[in-house]
Amino acid sequence: MTPRLEEIWVYLSATPLLGLTLTLLAYQAAFRIYQRAGFHPIANPVLLAVTMLASVLLLTGTPYQTYFDGAQFVHFLLGPATVALAIPLYAQWPRLKAMAAPLAIALVAGSLTAALSAWGIGALLGASRESLMSLAPKSVTTPIAMAVAERLGGLPSLTAVLVISTGILGAIGARYLYRWLHISDPAVRGFAIGLASHGIGTARAFQTGEQAGAFAALAMGLNGLVTALSLPWIMPWVERLLGR
Amino acid sequence: MIAALTLLLVFQLIGEVIARALALPIPGPVIGMALLFLTLLVRGGPDEDLRQTAGSLLQHLSLLFVPAGTGIVLYGDRLANEWLPLLVALVASTALAIIVTAVVLQALTRRRASSKGAQQ
Repeated sequence: MTPRLEEIWVYLSATPLLGLTLTLLAYQAAFRIYQRAGFHPIANPVLLAVTMLASVLLLTGTPYQTYFDGAQFVHFLLGPATVALAIPLYAQWPRLKAMAAPLAIALVAGSLTAALSAWGIGALLGASRESLMSLAPKSVTTPIAMAVAERLGGLPSLTAVLVISTGILGAIGARYLYRWLHISDPAVRGFAIGLASHGIGTARAFQTGEQAGAFAALAMGLNGLVTALSLPWIMPWVERLLGR
Repeated sequence: MIAALTLLLVFQLIGEVIARALALPIPGPVIGMALLFLTLLVRGGPDEDLRQTAGSLLQHLSLLFVPAGTGIVLYGDRLANEWLPLLVALVASTALAIIVTAVVLQALTRRRASSKGAQQ
């Protein structure tokens, strides 16, 4: 490397410009691939962009914190985007109201399944207690999951990674499960993917239609609420009962 | 667009303040979403500006998860040691959660639709 290039690198690695630009470039490349693939769920744009960015960080030896100093501007928009989910929710209000009781029952069943099956399978396969407690809230949106994991004795930042993996897995797999189960109602499809795969599932649901997106947003919000309120007292009880 | 973005941020801010003031386990933006939803119910639907701004934010919702997802580079060691239980638990439990939710909801809405049909 010539001294000049080195100087440029020192400059670039010290400003937020590089991390931010790389994030947007990687996402656009990922989204183009997703489009070319006819919005096939396996070409998930979050998965593709994360793979590209993680490779760049590992190959150049750039610390995650340096990258995040720039990428945080994108990360910040998660807040207003979550608030904005109120708008599609409002648009679907008449149908939501009509389905209130079935939605409430499906919510409790799905929420317990998501947390307890993750804990149980992880425990059977010998994951550590820290990992299990980081795993239990994996189906809810990142900020809630991190807060719940911390209260349970898990690692909040590991939870963030598990939450995003769950989102990607649900966004990829849901279509095949629905085909297998013969489920075609966009409201049911949206609600299940939003419950199991929070915002990333919701993003996928919006790409298939506004009704699915709105039900996904509703499920994401409600499951966050149920999980935040129930797991902190359910998990200690489950641990005592099943003796770990 | 600026007015709509300001409105979203104001609701997020109110949500954050409520979450902290009452020490709630629910994140501020989720409370902000609930409050904005209630406001829309009381005051009537969103205007064109808010609808468009929300639409463009939500259209690329996936982008917003990329920075946190890239945090996977921090967990190389733990993932190398525990990748099997973590991966199996994630895949199986995500599939189970989707199946249980979808099947329960489908069965309940269908039964309701058919009992309504029988009454008519």
